[in-house]
Amino acid sequence: MARVIAARRFDGLGLRHAPGWRILPLIVAAMTFLAALAIAGAQGAAELGRHWQQGAAATLTVQVPRPGTAPSPPVAAGETRRDRVAALLRGTPGIAAVRPLGDAELSDLLRPWLGSSAEQLALPLPAVIAVTVSGATGTVGGVDLAALAARLEATAPGTLVESHGIWVRRLALLADSLRLCALAALGLVAAVAGAVIVVATRAALASRRGVVETLHGLGATDFYVADRFARHACRAAALGGVAGLVLAVPVVVALTALAAPFVSPAPVEPGLPGWAELLATLPRLPPLLFWALPALPLSAAAIGYIAAQGAVRAWLRRLP
Amino acid sequence: MIRAEGVGLHYGSSEDGADAAAPEVLQALSFSVPGGGWRWLLGPSGAGKSSLLRLLHVSARPTRGRLHLMGVDVGQARRRELPALRRRIGMVFQDFRLLAHLSVFDNVALPLRLAGRPEGQLRADVTEMLRWVGLSKVAAMRPTVLSGGEQQRAAIARAVIVRPLLLLADEPTGNLDDVQAERLMVLLREMNRLGTTVIVATHNMALVERHPGEALELARGRLVRDG
Repeated sequence: MARVIAARRFDGLGLRHAPGWRILPLIVAAMTFLAALAIAGAQGAAELGRHWQQGAAATLTVQVPRPGTAPSPPVAAGETRRDRVAALLRGTPGIAAVRPLGDAELSDLLRPWLGSSAEQLALPLPAVIAVTVSGATGTVGGVDLAALAARLEATAPGTLVESHGIWVRRLALLADSLRLCALAALGLVAAVAGAVIVVATRAALASRRGVVETLHGLGATDFYVADRFARHACRAAALGGVAGLVLAVPVVVALTALAAPFVSPAPVEPGLPGWAELLATLPRLPPLLFWALPALPLSAAAIGYIAAQGAVRAWLRRLP
Repeated sequence: MIRAEGVGLHYGSSEDGADAAAPEVLQALSFSVPGGGWRWLLGPSGAGKSSLLRLLHVSARPTRGRLHLMGVDVGQARRRELPALRRRIGMVFQDFRLLAHLSVFDNVALPLRLAGRPEGQLRADVTEMLRWVGLSKVAAMRPTVLSGGEQQRAAIARAVIVRPLLLLADEPTGNLDDVQAERLMVLLREMNRLGTTVIVATHNMALVERHPGEALELARGRLVRDG
């Protein structure tokens, strides 16, 4: 074993002191840092998009017009059209909760558009009922919206059901676009890292040209020479990858802690998260980040090995 | 061992190393050297001796004709077949080409390592070779601190450590005094006696007269004497 290690440590090309390698870990560290942020960004966009879609897809808004604004069947004494619609909704399978909005709540919703005197305008505002369905993400809980609308129309003509579908589609598109942008950034970072490694390898090759030609003349195979360069590039890239990851993890954890209130139903604490909250976030990192972030140094090492192998082999083809 | 049939060589700047417009440095060389043979390679500076040695060392491929080395057609062989062929050829360069970042021991051990010899099995051979060329005491030193003669002997040790079938030497005595040159010739003759084909390029005619043997003589890239 010791002999094998000694053979592997034998630096026949003198690459330890070749120029180009020293700056490589710093550049790869920066690339790894950016890659970690891109992965976290893609994951965050996916989580936020999923959460927003769930929220939008799980709710319906039902508007019941005021009496007199539309023809209506007779209503029992003490019962309003809103109460009849709410009762029908509560009896519909797939609907988890039905909450008629009070006048004050409705005024609060309209205040941004109509001002503080909305209630004094004597507008025939419809009654609004917020409905929560119990379905899976992206559906409306198995509720047949067309059938429901027909039944509501029969009960209270002019009643509208809004399913928020357009917002669900737009949120999905936004989330997918953000994720694609983040993945494109990740690919770009990998390509730049590969290009930097090729440039560093060529610099090292230029400084060791005479040595490489001597080894070539002594019968060294292309693999022998390329493997020596690739191992050095691999080590330098792995070192940079680890350094970049060490720098990126606190940032990713902090961003995850800041984003947590937007993707979790847990109550939001006032103020910014402290160290304890940040540390508590660590085990709650999304599973994707748990394997994707540690894979970054490995990926950097692999890119280093492959890029250096390719660069050296291409250069060696000049020799017979 | 070596068979050349109408071999030509011209250098160029194109990717494949040959430029059809460049003048030929070697023209229509035809000769053969049997296994275990000895040849002086003679001719004035610029005659093409080093270029022929480059062909024989497979550092270049002929741009014309056919060159067979140890049964391999150098011009037609696949590129991946050539490293194994080079490992059967020892080369002593005029400028030694020792690797400055390695010790004398590691320089001499290099061909064995390239041939895949395990670390535990090469120490004895390298130590014996360094003793044979009188460099045991400087084994741990870098070549840059050695004298010209010591560097020459280290280069020879590196060339013969794998017991090559073909040994090439380019002006091996050019940097040596007469005593060192004679000692080197004894080493080369000994290798030849043990069965290695040896080709020595030189323009030192006094050396050739002291060690007579068959010769290939070049003039302006053409073979003017064979025998």
